[in-house]
Amino acid sequence: MTKMMGADIVLESLKRIGVDTVFGYPGGVVLPLYDRFPAHPEVRHILVRHEQGAGHAADGYARASGRLGVALATSGPGATNLMTAITTAHMDSVPTLFITGNVARALLGKDGFQEADITGMTMPTVKHSYLVMRAEDIAPSFAEAAYIAMTGRKGSVHIDIPKDVFTEEAEFIWPEQVSLRGYHPVTDGDPIAIEQAAKVIDAAERPVIFAGHGVILSDSSEELRAFAEKTGTPILNTLLGLGSIPPEHALSYGMMGMHGSYWANHAASSADVIIAFGMRMDDRALGRFQDMNPTAKIVHVDIDPAEHHKNVYAHFPIVGDVKRVLPQLTAAVSSNSHAEWVRWIDDLRNGHKASMSVPPGNEMSTQYVLSKIAAFAGREAVITTGVGQHQMWAAQFMNISRPRQFITSGGLGTMGFEVPAAMGAAVACPDRAVWTICGDGGFQMTFQEIATMVDEHLPVKMAIMNNGFLGMVRQWQELFYANNYVDVAMSQPDFLKLAEAYGIHGIRVTDRSQVDDAIKEAAAYPGPVILDFRVKAEGNVWPMVPAGAALNETIEAPEHAIH
Amino acid sequence: MKHIVAALVENRPGVLNRVASLFRRRGFNIDSLAVGTTEEAGVSRMTIVVEGDPSISLQVERQLDKLIDVITVENLTDVDAVVRELALIKIAARPDQRREILDLVDIFRAQVVDVSPSSLVIQLTAAEETLDALLENLRPYGVREMVRTGRIALARGARTTAVHEHESAELQRFHSESGRRPEGDLPYVSE
Repeated sequence: MTKMMGADIVLESLKRIGVDTVFGYPGGVVLPLYDRFPAHPEVRHILVRHEQGAGHAADGYARASGRLGVALATSGPGATNLMTAITTAHMDSVPTLFITGNVARALLGKDGFQEADITGMTMPTVKHSYLVMRAEDIAPSFAEAAYIAMTGRKGSVHIDIPKDVFTEEAEFIWPEQVSLRGYHPVTDGDPIAIEQAAKVIDAAERPVIFAGHGVILSDSSEELRAFAEKTGTPILNTLLGLGSIPPEHALSYGMMGMHGSYWANHAASSADVIIAFGMRMDDRALGRFQDMNPTAKIVHVDIDPAEHHKNVYAHFPIVGDVKRVLPQLTAAVSSNSHAEWVRWIDDLRNGHKASMSVPPGNEMSTQYVLSKIAAFAGREAVITTGVGQHQMWAAQFMNISRPRQFITSGGLGTMGFEVPAAMGAAVACPDRAVWTICGDGGFQMTFQEIATMVDEHLPVKMAIMNNGFLGMVRQWQELFYANNYVDVAMSQPDFLKLAEAYGIHGIRVTDRSQVDDAIKEAAAYPGPVILDFRVKAEGNVWPMVPAGAALNETIEAPEHAIH
Repeated sequence: MKHIVAALVENRPGVLNRVASLFRRRGFNIDSLAVGTTEEAGVSRMTIVVEGDPSISLQVERQLDKLIDVITVENLTDVDAVVRELALIKIAARPDQRREILDLVDIFRAQVVDVSPSSLVIQLTAAEETLDALLENLRPYGVREMVRTGRIALARGARTTAVHEHESAELQRFHSESGRRPEGDLPYVSE
């Protein structure tokens, strides 16, 4: 067999894994790899403007498509710039591969130019990592990395390659099998555990489902619907579980958690049996753990056994892939309905709907703008968001109906995620419209990727909910720090001039009456668009479970609270 | 309470870092940590003693097991196991005190492994409590320096966690040949 250079082995390995796109940024130590890109046209390299952008783009690409997202950076600052993106992807279990170059082997540990111990730094925020010290180890490392990222509880994997390994020659031998003796993800639920859980579910009077990101990551929304319909169980979603069941479904009750609905949070805390699928019992979804629902029996299905009992004790833990366990459970349970319980939640919803409606009047509220974008874009579009008020309002008002429609940083809560993630989604789904909902704060963190969108002809529609504030921080300062606004009002450039500078289309919307036309104009424009929505400056996201409070202590907007 | 967890790990660079980083990040309190080779090349055994309530030990086990380089995890806390620790203790010992000290050494079935005109080095392999008791008795003479290895443990009886006894011959060969990257003679080690 002929030998090839490490750089070629990297690119051959990517092809074997099925990678068609790499988001990256060149630099000294990865030059030998970049030198070989033209010889492998099957792998498209997208040149970003900042490595964090590459990382979030890979993340958005993976979330939108279900395929492995790949980002590439050089050593030192290039690698450390990836850190936020690596952690973002890992917290939300997104299958991603981060490749970094490093200084030549003889220089490792000598503090040379652009050396950073990136393997040491990423260790706590990746599922696994490799420092590849020989060209012959490249192919097995990539095969293992892809296997690890895409199986079990998905996640980010990091591969660090010293410069001279790219130029070292070795035979390219693609491993026929990957077998890791320390890694055996369980897929099928234990039949005894299934049987026990089925008994509890059958005996339930007020059951409720918590559907999390795992349902979407494993493409199990059909299986979820079948289970819910057979058992007559209402479904609540975590933020990242939105889209696992369309809102118009009779058993769909929307989002629970800190900014979940009043009825969802009360259903969660009043249920007698909780069946959680692919969610990690996060504090933003559950409020104060010990008072979330102390009397309910909890069935917790998760592929990661370390999530069982971590935050909340699970009476019936089931380790397995939601995609496999859901049909097992559906087969084991009896057909059932819970008309009285469902009516109780419906009544609650009817009584409290006003607290989650678009504010009346002629003001241009973010809620109004988002509901208009959602109505126009429909379920086939992809929506990404940043973090903060606009993110929560997007979750509440954008009628998320389809898995992979809604892409947002849930676990890490990364501002600046929205624009590059939308770019990645646009690459992954060229046939879908991609809208990114931005705050004026987060937009200013990563808008440099507009240049990448222009280069790559990615017609992302960037809707800035511009209120001149870091809205969620302002809300907390208003509510919990006695209106003491500190460093929360934020100036900004003229976003229309910014659009002009990048050679893209810009639209400013200052009045509610212009919203529909602006959305239509943006959608019709064949390229990236910045929409500068001058929304109401001060408005709060309701309902709210204050940090440290329990779900049944959900507070509604003062004007809607029913005492 | 204290929990004893034994983990078989791939003997690869960074594995100790991964384990240590996990304990630090999750706030698990390591009482002692002993790492050594096993009967199988390429596999090391970490014996970790953790302080905390029972829910902590479950999390420790599961978080450890999540690491790709960790092959198996066994909780030996409630298992009938042989648990031992080795201590080397340097005592200030004037010649006139030697007799008394040697009596103590005999009682504890310890050994004197080094003698100088003004000091003794005593070695004892025992359970933790026995080491503590010896130390308590030696303290009046003046403990000048001491080192303990941390506990190591093996379950009693024929049961094992050994990797090779649970793997097919074919998989075993795969893991010991292609699955592991040997560390010898890499360019970066030689200058």
